[in-house]
Amino acid sequence: MISFIIYKFIVCVVVFGLSLGVAAYATLWERKFAAFLQDRVGPDKAGWHGILQPLADGGKMFFKEEIIPNVSNRFLFILGPSLFMMTALMTGSVIPWGADFTMDGKVYSAQITDINIGVLYLFGVVSVGVYGIMIGGWASNNKFALLGAIRASSQMISYEIAMGISVIALVITSGGTLSLREIVGQQDAGVANIVWQPLGFLIFFVCALAETNRAPFDLPECESELVGGYHTEYSSMKLGLFLFAEYINMFISSAIMSSFYFGGFNFPFAAELYSAMGLEAGSFWITLIGFGALFTKIFMFICVFMWVRWTLPRFRYDQLMNLGWKILIPLSLLNLAITVVVEFFRGNLHF
Amino acid sequence: MAIQLTNRSKVVSNKVQTPMEKLYLPAIVKGMLITFSHLFKKTPTVRYPDQLRSRAGIYRGQHVLKRDENGAERCTACGMCAVACPAEAITMENGERKKGEEHLYREEKYATKYEINMLRCIFCGLCEEACPKEAIFLTDRIVDAEYERDTFIYGKDKLVEKIDKRIDVSIRETKEVAEFKKIPGLKHNELFDSSKQLKKGKH
Repeated sequence: MISFIIYKFIVCVVVFGLSLGVAAYATLWERKFAAFLQDRVGPDKAGWHGILQPLADGGKMFFKEEIIPNVSNRFLFILGPSLFMMTALMTGSVIPWGADFTMDGKVYSAQITDINIGVLYLFGVVSVGVYGIMIGGWASNNKFALLGAIRASSQMISYEIAMGISVIALVITSGGTLSLREIVGQQDAGVANIVWQPLGFLIFFVCALAETNRAPFDLPECESELVGGYHTEYSSMKLGLFLFAEYINMFISSAIMSSFYFGGFNFPFAAELYSAMGLEAGSFWITLIGFGALFTKIFMFICVFMWVRWTLPRFRYDQLMNLGWKILIPLSLLNLAITVVVEFFRGNLHF
Repeated sequence: MAIQLTNRSKVVSNKVQTPMEKLYLPAIVKGMLITFSHLFKKTPTVRYPDQLRSRAGIYRGQHVLKRDENGAERCTACGMCAVACPAEAITMENGERKKGEEHLYREEKYATKYEINMLRCIFCGLCEEACPKEAIFLTDRIVDAEYERDTFIYGKDKLVEKIDKRIDVSIRETKEVAEFKKIPGLKHNELFDSSKQLKKGKH
Protein backbone atom coordinates (compact mmCIF):
# COMPACT_ATOMS: atom_id res chain seq x y z
CA MET A 1 0.00 0.00 0.00
CA ILE A 2 2.80 2.41 0.96
CA SER A 3 4.69 1.58 -2.23
CA PHE A 4 1.50 2.24 -4.19
CA ILE A 5 1.11 5.67 -2.62
CA ILE A 6 4.77 6.49 -3.20
CA TYR A 7 4.49 5.37 -6.81
CA LYS A 8 1.37 7.45 -7.42
CA PHE A 9 3.05 10.41 -5.76
CA ILE A 10 5.99 10.06 -8.13
CA VAL A 11 3.66 9.85 -11.14
CA CYS A 12 1.82 12.96 -9.92
CA VAL A 13 5.05 14.91 -9.59
CA VAL A 14 6.25 13.71 -13.00
CA VAL A 15 3.01 14.68 -14.72
CA PHE A 16 3.01 18.03 -12.90
CA GLY A 17 6.59 18.73 -13.91
CA LEU A 18 5.92 17.54 -17.42
CA SER A 19 2.93 19.83 -17.87
CA LEU A 20 4.89 22.83 -16.60
CA GLY A 21 8.00 21.96 -18.58
CA VAL A 22 6.15 21.35 -21.80
CA ALA A 23 4.13 24.55 -21.33
CA ALA A 24 7.30 26.53 -20.67
CA TYR A 25 8.99 25.25 -23.77
CA ALA A 26 5.77 25.61 -25.76
CA THR A 27 6.05 29.35 -25.17
CA LEU A 28 9.53 29.29 -26.68
CA TRP A 29 8.45 27.03 -29.50
CA GLU A 30 5.47 29.27 -30.20
CA ARG A 31 7.78 32.24 -30.65
CA LYS A 32 10.23 30.23 -32.71
CA PHE A 33 7.51 28.70 -34.86
CA ALA A 34 5.88 32.08 -35.42
CA ALA A 35 9.27 33.40 -36.44
CA PHE A 36 9.78 30.57 -38.93
CA LEU A 37 6.34 31.15 -40.42
CA GLN A 38 7.10 34.84 -40.79
CA ASP A 39 10.65 34.48 -42.15
CA ARG A 40 12.18 35.70 -38.92
CA VAL A 41 14.74 34.20 -36.54
CA GLY A 42 12.93 34.37 -33.21
CA PRO A 43 14.53 34.50 -29.77
CA ASP A 44 18.08 33.18 -30.00
CA LYS A 45 20.10 35.16 -27.50
CA ALA A 46 19.36 33.30 -24.24
CA GLY A 47 21.44 30.18 -24.50
CA TRP A 48 21.84 27.95 -27.52
CA HIS A 49 19.08 28.95 -29.99
CA GLY A 50 17.27 30.67 -27.12
CA ILE A 51 16.92 27.47 -25.12
CA LEU A 52 16.98 29.39 -21.82
CA GLN A 53 14.37 31.92 -22.95
CA PRO A 54 11.51 30.38 -20.90
CA LEU A 55 13.64 30.68 -17.74
CA ALA A 56 14.43 34.29 -18.56
CA ASP A 57 10.75 35.00 -19.20
CA GLY A 58 9.72 33.31 -15.96
CA GLY A 59 12.37 35.17 -13.99
CA LYS A 60 11.25 38.43 -15.51
CA MET A 61 7.64 37.69 -14.56
CA PHE A 62 8.59 37.01 -10.95
CA PHE A 63 10.57 40.23 -10.58
CA LYS A 64 7.93 42.48 -12.09
CA GLU A 65 6.04 44.86 -9.85
CA GLU A 66 2.85 43.33 -8.57
CA ILE A 67 -0.13 45.65 -8.79
CA ILE A 68 -3.49 44.81 -7.25
CA PRO A 69 -6.00 47.55 -8.04
CA ASN A 70 -7.48 49.29 -4.99
CA VAL A 71 -11.03 48.89 -6.24
CA SER A 72 -10.67 45.19 -6.96
CA ASN A 73 -11.86 42.36 -4.79
CA ARG A 74 -8.53 41.23 -3.43
CA PHE A 75 -9.43 37.65 -2.56
CA LEU A 76 -11.14 36.91 -5.86
CA PHE A 77 -8.43 38.76 -7.76
CA ILE A 78 -5.88 36.27 -6.46
CA LEU A 79 -8.26 33.32 -6.73
CA GLY A 80 -8.84 33.87 -10.48
CA PRO A 81 -5.43 32.92 -11.88
CA SER A 82 -4.92 30.27 -9.19
CA LEU A 83 -8.14 28.54 -10.16
CA PHE A 84 -7.36 28.77 -13.86
CA MET A 85 -3.91 27.28 -13.31
CA MET A 86 -5.22 24.58 -10.98
CA THR A 87 -7.87 23.35 -13.39
CA ALA A 88 -5.37 23.40 -16.22
CA LEU A 89 -3.09 21.13 -14.22
CA MET A 90 -5.88 18.87 -12.94
CA THR A 91 -6.91 17.70 -16.40
CA GLY A 92 -3.63 15.87 -16.85
CA SER A 93 -4.52 13.33 -14.18
CA VAL A 94 -6.73 11.02 -16.28
CA ILE A 95 -4.62 10.91 -19.40
CA PRO A 96 -2.91 7.55 -19.95
CA TRP A 97 0.71 8.42 -20.73
CA GLY A 98 1.85 4.90 -21.57
CA ALA A 99 1.12 1.20 -21.37
CA ASP A 100 1.19 -0.62 -18.00
CA PHE A 101 4.53 -2.05 -16.97
CA THR A 102 5.47 -4.81 -14.57
CA MET A 103 8.24 -4.54 -12.04
CA ASP A 104 8.99 -7.24 -9.43
CA GLY A 105 5.69 -8.92 -10.27
CA LYS A 106 3.68 -5.79 -9.63
CA VAL A 107 1.75 -3.96 -12.36
CA TYR A 108 2.18 -0.23 -12.51
CA SER A 109 0.14 2.04 -14.72
CA ALA A 110 1.59 5.15 -16.29
CA GLN A 111 -1.42 7.24 -15.42
CA ILE A 112 -2.32 9.12 -12.25
CA THR A 113 -5.76 7.59 -12.02
CA ASP A 114 -7.98 5.62 -14.35
CA ILE A 115 -11.45 6.62 -13.23
CA ASN A 116 -14.24 4.98 -15.18
CA ILE A 117 -15.85 8.36 -15.90
CA GLY A 118 -12.65 9.95 -17.15
CA VAL A 119 -14.30 11.76 -20.06
CA LEU A 120 -16.92 13.20 -17.73
CA TYR A 121 -14.21 14.25 -15.27
CA LEU A 122 -12.35 16.02 -18.07
CA PHE A 123 -15.42 17.98 -19.07
CA GLY A 124 -16.20 18.84 -15.48
CA VAL A 125 -12.71 20.21 -14.82
CA VAL A 126 -12.55 22.08 -18.12
CA SER A 127 -15.85 23.81 -17.39
CA VAL A 128 -14.55 24.84 -13.96
CA GLY A 129 -11.64 26.47 -15.77
CA VAL A 130 -13.91 29.19 -17.08
CA TYR A 131 -14.54 30.27 -13.47
CA GLY A 132 -10.90 31.27 -13.21
CA ILE A 133 -11.26 33.66 -16.11
CA MET A 134 -14.70 34.83 -15.03
CA ILE A 135 -13.66 35.50 -11.43
CA GLY A 136 -10.40 37.13 -12.45
CA GLY A 137 -12.11 39.38 -14.97
CA TRP A 138 -14.91 40.35 -12.64
CA ALA A 139 -12.69 40.96 -9.59
CA SER A 140 -10.48 43.36 -11.57
CA ASN A 141 -13.34 45.88 -11.55
CA ASN A 142 -12.40 46.99 -15.03
CA LYS A 143 -14.80 47.15 -17.93
CA PHE A 144 -12.38 45.64 -20.41
CA ALA A 145 -11.55 42.78 -18.09
CA LEU A 146 -15.24 42.16 -17.47
CA LEU A 147 -16.02 42.19 -21.20
CA GLY A 148 -13.18 39.75 -21.79
CA ALA A 149 -14.44 37.51 -19.02
CA ILE A 150 -17.99 37.57 -20.40
CA ARG A 151 -16.72 36.72 -23.83
CA ALA A 152 -14.60 33.91 -22.46
CA SER A 153 -17.41 32.35 -20.49
CA SER A 154 -20.01 32.58 -23.25
CA GLN A 155 -17.53 31.25 -25.78
CA MET A 156 -16.52 28.33 -23.59
CA ILE A 157 -20.08 27.41 -22.73
CA SER A 158 -21.16 27.57 -26.38
CA TYR A 159 -18.33 25.45 -27.67
CA GLU A 160 -18.51 22.93 -24.86
CA ILE A 161 -21.89 21.79 -26.21
CA ALA A 162 -20.59 20.94 -29.66
CA MET A 163 -17.50 19.41 -28.09
CA GLY A 164 -19.57 17.29 -25.74
CA ILE A 165 -21.83 16.00 -28.52
CA SER A 166 -18.85 15.10 -30.70
CA VAL A 167 -17.35 13.22 -27.75
CA ILE A 168 -20.63 11.33 -27.20
CA ALA A 169 -20.29 10.07 -30.76
CA LEU A 170 -16.73 9.06 -29.97
CA VAL A 171 -17.81 7.23 -26.83
CA ILE A 172 -20.38 5.28 -28.86
CA THR A 173 -17.67 4.31 -31.32
CA SER A 174 -15.47 3.09 -28.50
CA GLY A 175 -18.18 0.82 -27.16
CA GLY A 176 -19.72 3.07 -24.54
CA THR A 177 -16.79 3.44 -22.20
CA LEU A 178 -15.96 6.73 -20.50
CA SER A 179 -12.57 5.61 -19.29
CA LEU A 180 -9.72 7.16 -21.24
CA ARG A 181 -7.58 4.11 -20.78
CA GLU A 182 -10.19 1.90 -22.42
CA ILE A 183 -10.76 4.39 -25.23
CA VAL A 184 -7.03 4.32 -25.94
CA GLY A 185 -6.89 0.57 -25.46
CA GLN A 186 -9.54 0.02 -28.09
CA GLN A 187 -7.35 1.67 -30.69
CA ASP A 188 -4.59 -0.76 -29.76
CA ALA A 189 -4.88 -3.45 -32.42
CA GLY A 190 -7.40 -1.91 -34.76
CA VAL A 191 -7.48 1.48 -36.37
CA ALA A 192 -7.49 4.83 -34.64
CA ASN A 193 -10.81 6.51 -33.96
CA ILE A 194 -10.12 9.22 -36.50
CA VAL A 195 -11.11 6.72 -39.21
CA TRP A 196 -14.58 6.34 -37.71
CA GLN A 197 -14.92 9.92 -36.52
CA PRO A 198 -13.38 12.32 -39.06
CA LEU A 199 -16.14 14.88 -38.72
CA GLY A 200 -16.23 14.41 -34.97
CA PHE A 201 -12.50 15.07 -34.81
CA LEU A 202 -12.82 18.24 -36.87
CA ILE A 203 -15.55 19.55 -34.56
CA PHE A 204 -13.55 18.55 -31.50
CA PHE A 205 -10.46 20.29 -32.85
CA VAL A 206 -12.27 23.54 -33.60
CA CYS A 207 -13.89 23.44 -30.16
CA ALA A 208 -10.53 22.72 -28.54
CA LEU A 209 -9.15 25.87 -30.19
CA ALA A 210 -12.06 27.82 -28.73
CA GLU A 211 -11.79 26.19 -25.29
CA THR A 212 -8.11 27.02 -24.97
CA ASN A 213 -8.76 30.61 -26.09
CA ARG A 214 -6.35 30.21 -28.95
CA ALA A 215 -6.49 32.12 -32.22
CA PRO A 216 -8.72 32.41 -34.22
CA PHE A 217 -10.95 32.27 -31.14
CA ASP A 218 -8.85 34.41 -28.80
CA LEU A 219 -11.56 37.02 -28.36
CA PRO A 220 -11.35 37.06 -24.54
CA GLU A 221 -7.87 38.56 -24.71
CA CYS A 222 -8.29 40.42 -27.94
CA GLU A 223 -5.84 43.25 -27.52
CA SER A 224 -7.14 45.38 -30.39
CA GLU A 225 -10.56 45.76 -28.76
CA LEU A 226 -10.19 44.94 -25.08
CA VAL A 227 -6.68 46.12 -24.17
CA GLY A 228 -5.73 42.77 -22.63
CA GLY A 229 -9.12 41.18 -22.10
CA TYR A 230 -9.68 39.42 -18.79
CA HIS A 231 -6.07 39.89 -17.68
CA THR A 232 -5.92 43.64 -18.32
CA GLU A 233 -5.38 44.46 -14.64
CA TYR A 234 -3.02 41.59 -13.92
CA SER A 235 0.69 42.00 -13.60
CA SER A 236 3.70 40.04 -12.46
CA MET A 237 3.34 36.28 -12.04
CA LYS A 238 -0.46 36.38 -11.84
CA LEU A 239 -0.46 37.46 -15.45
CA GLY A 240 2.20 34.81 -15.99
CA LEU A 241 -0.13 32.16 -14.56
CA PHE A 242 -2.92 33.16 -16.94
CA LEU A 243 -0.63 33.08 -19.95
CA PHE A 244 1.07 29.92 -18.77
CA ALA A 245 -2.18 28.08 -18.10
CA GLU A 246 -3.15 28.68 -21.71
CA TYR A 247 -0.12 26.68 -22.79
CA ILE A 248 -0.85 23.92 -20.30
CA ASN A 249 -4.39 23.79 -21.66
CA MET A 250 -2.97 23.54 -25.14
CA PHE A 251 -0.69 20.68 -24.07
CA ILE A 252 -3.49 18.82 -22.31
CA SER A 253 -5.98 19.25 -25.13
CA SER A 254 -3.35 18.02 -27.57
CA ALA A 255 -2.89 14.98 -25.33
CA ILE A 256 -6.66 14.45 -25.19
CA MET A 257 -7.02 14.68 -28.96
CA SER A 258 -4.15 12.26 -29.43
CA SER A 259 -5.75 9.83 -26.99
CA PHE A 260 -9.30 10.18 -28.29
CA TYR A 261 -8.72 10.16 -32.02
CA PHE A 262 -5.15 9.11 -32.74
CA GLY A 263 -4.63 6.10 -30.52
CA GLY A 264 -2.76 7.75 -27.65
CA PHE A 265 0.40 5.81 -26.93
CA ASN A 266 -0.36 3.21 -29.62
CA PHE A 267 1.16 3.50 -33.05
CA PRO A 268 1.00 1.39 -36.24
CA PHE A 269 3.01 -1.84 -36.18
CA ALA A 270 3.80 -1.40 -32.49
CA ALA A 271 3.51 -5.13 -31.75
CA GLU A 272 5.83 -6.01 -34.64
CA LEU A 273 8.37 -3.46 -33.44
CA TYR A 274 8.31 -4.74 -29.87
CA SER A 275 8.74 -8.37 -30.94
CA ALA A 276 11.55 -7.36 -33.30
CA MET A 277 13.26 -5.61 -30.40
CA GLY A 278 12.66 -8.63 -28.18
CA LEU A 279 10.63 -6.76 -25.58
CA GLU A 280 8.16 -8.77 -23.53
CA ALA A 281 4.75 -7.44 -22.62
CA GLY A 282 4.95 -5.37 -19.44
CA SER A 283 8.47 -4.17 -20.10
CA PHE A 284 9.25 -0.63 -18.98
CA TRP A 285 10.71 0.08 -22.40
CA ILE A 286 7.32 -0.48 -24.03
CA THR A 287 5.87 2.17 -21.72
CA LEU A 288 8.67 4.54 -22.65
CA ILE A 289 8.34 3.98 -26.39
CA GLY A 290 4.57 4.38 -26.15
CA PHE A 291 5.10 7.58 -24.20
CA GLY A 292 7.43 8.77 -26.96
CA ALA A 293 4.76 7.99 -29.57
CA LEU A 294 2.14 9.91 -27.59
CA PHE A 295 4.53 12.78 -27.18
CA THR A 296 5.23 12.94 -30.89
CA LYS A 297 1.50 13.21 -31.54
CA ILE A 298 1.16 15.89 -28.87
CA PHE A 299 4.00 17.83 -30.42
CA MET A 300 2.38 17.63 -33.84
CA PHE A 301 -0.89 18.91 -32.39
CA ILE A 302 0.84 21.77 -30.60
CA CYS A 303 2.47 22.69 -33.90
CA VAL A 304 -0.92 22.66 -35.64
CA PHE A 305 -2.35 24.88 -32.87
CA MET A 306 0.44 27.37 -33.46
CA TRP A 307 0.25 27.05 -37.21
CA VAL A 308 -3.44 27.93 -37.07
CA ARG A 309 -2.75 30.81 -34.75
CA TRP A 310 -0.20 32.42 -37.02
CA THR A 311 -2.30 31.94 -40.14
CA LEU A 312 -5.89 32.85 -39.36
CA PRO A 313 -7.19 36.23 -38.29
CA ARG A 314 -9.45 36.57 -35.28
CA PHE A 315 -13.20 35.94 -35.60
CA ARG A 316 -15.69 38.67 -34.93
CA TYR A 317 -17.82 37.97 -31.89
CA ASP A 318 -21.07 37.38 -33.80
CA GLN A 319 -19.24 35.16 -36.29
CA LEU A 320 -17.91 33.16 -33.37
CA MET A 321 -21.40 32.65 -31.97
CA ASN A 322 -22.80 31.83 -35.42
CA LEU A 323 -20.13 29.23 -35.96
CA GLY A 324 -20.67 27.70 -32.55
CA TRP A 325 -24.44 27.57 -32.41
CA LYS A 326 -25.55 27.44 -36.04
CA ILE A 327 -22.85 25.31 -37.59
CA LEU A 328 -20.91 23.26 -35.08
CA ILE A 329 -23.82 22.12 -32.91
CA PRO A 330 -26.02 20.96 -35.86
CA LEU A 331 -22.95 19.35 -37.42
CA SER A 332 -22.10 17.51 -34.23
CA LEU A 333 -25.72 16.32 -33.92
CA LEU A 334 -25.55 15.10 -37.51
CA ASN A 335 -22.30 13.36 -36.70
CA LEU A 336 -23.92 11.74 -33.68
CA ALA A 337 -26.85 10.50 -35.78
CA ILE A 338 -24.56 9.08 -38.46
CA THR A 339 -22.40 7.44 -35.79
CA VAL A 340 -25.38 5.76 -34.18
CA VAL A 341 -26.55 4.34 -37.54
CA VAL A 342 -23.07 3.21 -38.53
CA GLU A 343 -22.36 1.63 -35.15
CA PHE A 344 -25.73 -0.13 -35.20
CA PHE A 345 -24.83 -1.83 -38.46
CA ARG A 346 -21.29 -2.55 -37.23
CA GLY A 347 -22.96 -4.30 -34.33
CA ASN A 348 -21.29 -2.22 -31.63
CA LEU A 349 -24.53 -0.82 -30.33
CA HIS A 350 -26.45 -2.83 -27.75
CA PHE A 351 -29.80 -1.89 -26.30
CA MET B 1 -21.57 59.86 -62.03
CA ALA B 2 -18.59 60.72 -59.94
CA ILE B 3 -15.42 61.90 -61.57
CA GLN B 4 -13.02 59.07 -62.04
CA LEU B 5 -9.54 60.23 -61.08
CA THR B 6 -7.73 56.96 -61.62
CA ASN B 7 -8.62 53.63 -63.12
CA ARG B 8 -7.47 51.82 -59.99
CA SER B 9 -10.77 52.04 -58.15
CA LYS B 10 -12.81 48.88 -57.86
CA VAL B 11 -16.51 48.41 -57.45
CA VAL B 12 -17.26 46.79 -54.11
CA SER B 13 -19.18 43.58 -54.51
CA ASN B 14 -21.38 42.18 -51.81
CA LYS B 15 -22.05 38.95 -53.60
CA VAL B 16 -23.41 36.07 -51.60
CA GLN B 17 -20.95 33.32 -50.75
CA THR B 18 -21.28 30.02 -52.52
CA PRO B 19 -21.78 26.96 -50.28
CA MET B 20 -18.17 25.98 -50.98
CA GLU B 21 -16.95 29.36 -49.78
CA LYS B 22 -19.20 29.17 -46.75
CA LEU B 23 -17.42 26.01 -45.68
CA TYR B 24 -14.29 28.16 -45.14
CA LEU B 25 -12.19 25.00 -44.94
CA PRO B 26 -10.70 25.22 -48.46
CA ALA B 27 -9.76 28.84 -47.85
CA ILE B 28 -8.30 27.96 -44.44
CA VAL B 29 -6.26 25.12 -45.91
CA LYS B 30 -5.04 27.43 -48.65
CA GLY B 31 -3.97 30.04 -46.13
CA MET B 32 -2.27 27.47 -43.96
CA LEU B 33 -0.33 26.13 -46.93
CA ILE B 34 0.90 29.65 -47.64
CA THR B 35 2.23 30.03 -44.11
CA PHE B 36 3.64 26.50 -44.25
CA SER B 37 5.61 27.34 -47.38
CA HIS B 38 7.31 30.09 -45.41
CA LEU B 39 8.77 27.51 -43.03
CA PHE B 40 11.29 26.61 -45.70
CA LYS B 41 12.20 30.10 -46.80
CA LYS B 42 15.48 31.70 -45.91
CA THR B 43 15.28 34.45 -43.35
CA PRO B 44 16.60 37.79 -44.59
CA THR B 45 17.68 38.68 -41.05
CA VAL B 46 21.08 40.31 -40.56
CA ARG B 47 22.15 39.48 -36.99
CA TYR B 48 23.48 42.97 -36.51
CA PRO B 49 26.11 43.05 -33.79
CA ASP B 50 27.57 39.72 -34.90
CA GLN B 51 27.06 40.24 -38.57
CA LEU B 52 27.45 43.52 -40.43
CA ARG B 53 25.69 44.48 -43.57
CA SER B 54 28.24 45.49 -46.21
CA ARG B 55 28.59 49.26 -46.57
CA ALA B 56 29.75 51.52 -49.34
CA GLY B 57 33.48 52.27 -49.15
CA ILE B 58 32.81 55.97 -48.73
CA TYR B 59 30.27 55.48 -45.93
CA ARG B 60 30.11 58.58 -43.76
CA GLY B 61 30.11 57.64 -40.08
CA GLN B 62 31.82 58.83 -36.92
CA HIS B 63 34.47 61.50 -37.37
CA VAL B 64 38.14 61.20 -36.63
CA LEU B 65 40.69 63.94 -36.02
CA LYS B 66 43.85 62.73 -37.71
CA ARG B 67 47.42 63.00 -36.50
CA ASP B 68 50.33 63.42 -38.88
CA GLU B 69 53.03 60.82 -39.42
CA ASN B 70 54.90 62.06 -36.31
CA GLY B 71 51.84 61.76 -34.14
CA ALA B 72 51.10 65.49 -33.90
CA GLU B 73 47.53 66.67 -34.29
CA ARG B 74 46.85 68.16 -37.68
CA CYS B 75 44.01 70.40 -36.59
CA THR B 76 44.85 74.09 -36.23
CA ALA B 77 41.44 75.18 -34.99
CA CYS B 78 40.81 77.38 -38.02
CA GLY B 79 37.08 76.85 -37.71
CA MET B 80 36.45 76.03 -41.36
CA CYS B 81 34.60 72.88 -40.44
CA ALA B 82 32.40 74.70 -37.95
CA VAL B 83 31.50 77.29 -40.58
CA ALA B 84 30.85 74.68 -43.23
CA CYS B 85 28.70 72.59 -40.91
CA PRO B 86 25.05 73.02 -41.95
CA ALA B 87 23.84 71.52 -38.67
CA GLU B 88 26.08 73.68 -36.50
CA ALA B 89 27.27 70.65 -34.67
CA ILE B 90 30.93 71.60 -34.32
CA THR B 91 32.44 73.95 -31.75
CA MET B 92 36.05 74.49 -30.83
CA GLU B 93 38.40 76.68 -28.83
CA ASN B 94 41.93 77.42 -29.89
CA GLY B 95 45.15 77.82 -28.02
CA GLU B 96 48.77 78.60 -28.73
CA ARG B 97 51.34 75.85 -28.85
CA LYS B 98 53.99 76.23 -26.18
CA LYS B 99 57.61 75.34 -26.48
CA GLY B 100 58.22 71.62 -26.20
CA GLU B 101 54.80 70.72 -27.54
CA GLU B 102 55.93 70.42 -31.14
CA HIS B 103 55.46 66.68 -31.04
CA LEU B 104 51.84 67.13 -29.98
CA TYR B 105 50.59 69.80 -32.36
CA ARG B 106 51.76 70.31 -35.91
CA GLU B 107 51.30 74.07 -36.07
CA GLU B 108 51.53 76.96 -33.65
CA LYS B 109 47.79 77.12 -33.16
CA TYR B 110 45.81 74.13 -32.09
CA ALA B 111 42.35 73.19 -30.79
CA THR B 112 42.25 73.08 -26.99
CA LYS B 113 38.65 71.97 -27.18
CA TYR B 114 36.95 70.35 -30.14
CA GLU B 115 33.41 69.07 -29.82
CA ILE B 116 30.96 67.51 -32.25
CA ASN B 117 27.40 67.03 -31.18
CA MET B 118 26.53 63.70 -32.73
CA LEU B 119 22.82 64.31 -32.28
CA ARG B 120 23.01 67.44 -34.43
CA CYS B 121 25.44 66.05 -36.96
CA ILE B 122 23.84 64.95 -40.21
CA PHE B 123 26.99 63.20 -41.47
CA CYS B 124 27.04 65.20 -44.68
CA GLY B 125 30.84 65.31 -44.83
CA LEU B 126 31.10 69.06 -45.48
CA CYS B 127 33.54 69.46 -42.56
CA GLU B 128 35.85 67.01 -44.20
CA GLU B 129 35.54 68.86 -47.50
CA ALA B 130 36.17 72.22 -45.87
CA CYS B 131 39.22 71.19 -43.86
CA PRO B 132 42.39 72.76 -45.33
CA LYS B 133 44.68 70.72 -43.11
CA GLU B 134 43.31 67.22 -43.90
CA ALA B 135 42.60 66.90 -40.20
CA ILE B 136 38.98 65.79 -39.99
CA PHE B 137 37.59 62.79 -41.78
CA LEU B 138 34.43 60.78 -41.60
CA THR B 139 35.01 57.06 -41.13
CA ASP B 140 32.92 53.93 -41.57
CA ARG B 141 32.50 53.57 -37.80
CA ILE B 142 29.01 53.93 -36.37
CA VAL B 143 28.31 56.30 -33.49
CA ASP B 144 27.46 54.24 -30.41
CA ALA B 145 24.04 54.34 -28.85
CA GLU B 146 23.95 56.14 -25.51
CA TYR B 147 21.43 56.68 -22.75
CA GLU B 148 22.03 60.40 -22.09
CA ARG B 149 21.92 63.30 -24.50
CA ASP B 150 25.09 64.95 -23.21
CA THR B 151 27.13 61.82 -23.83
CA PHE B 152 26.57 62.38 -27.54
CA ILE B 153 28.76 65.47 -27.46
CA TYR B 154 32.07 63.96 -28.47
CA GLY B 155 35.17 65.78 -27.28
CA LYS B 156 38.78 65.40 -28.32
CA ASP B 157 39.09 62.27 -26.20
CA LYS B 158 36.77 60.43 -28.56
CA LEU B 159 37.54 62.23 -31.80
CA VAL B 160 41.35 62.36 -31.97
CA GLU B 161 42.80 59.09 -33.11
CA LYS B 162 45.04 57.25 -30.66
CA ILE B 163 48.74 57.29 -31.53
CA ASP B 164 49.03 53.53 -31.31
CA LYS B 165 45.63 52.92 -32.90
CA ARG B 166 45.59 54.88 -36.12
CA ILE B 167 42.40 54.95 -38.14
CA ASP B 168 42.79 54.28 -41.82
CA VAL B 169 41.11 56.91 -44.00
CA SER B 170 43.16 56.27 -47.12
CA ILE B 171 39.98 55.58 -49.07
CA ARG B 172 38.98 59.22 -48.51
CA GLU B 173 42.44 60.77 -48.52
CA THR B 174 43.08 60.11 -52.19
CA LYS B 175 44.98 62.08 -54.77
CA GLU B 176 41.72 63.07 -56.43
CA VAL B 177 40.48 64.63 -53.24
CA ALA B 178 43.69 66.59 -52.83
CA GLU B 179 43.48 67.77 -56.43
CA PHE B 180 39.86 68.66 -56.00
CA LYS B 181 40.68 70.90 -53.07
CA LYS B 182 43.17 72.82 -55.18
CA ILE B 183 40.71 73.79 -57.94
CA PRO B 184 40.53 77.59 -57.76
CA GLY B 185 36.81 77.70 -58.37
CA LEU B 186 36.20 75.40 -55.48
CA LYS B 187 38.62 77.09 -53.14
CA HIS B 188 35.98 77.81 -50.59
CA ASN B 189 38.74 78.35 -48.06
CA GLU B 190 39.75 81.53 -49.77
CA LEU B 191 36.73 83.49 -48.68
CA PHE B 192 37.81 83.10 -45.11
CA ASP B 193 41.50 83.50 -45.73
CA SER B 194 42.49 85.97 -43.05
CA SER B 195 44.85 87.96 -45.26
CA LYS B 196 42.23 88.38 -47.98
CA GLN B 197 39.57 89.32 -45.52
CA LEU B 198 41.81 92.11 -44.31
CA LYS B 199 42.13 93.34 -47.87
CA LYS B 200 38.39 93.31 -48.23
CA GLY B 201 38.12 95.36 -45.11
CA LYS B 202 40.19 98.14 -46.72
CA HIS B 203 37.47 98.93 -49.24
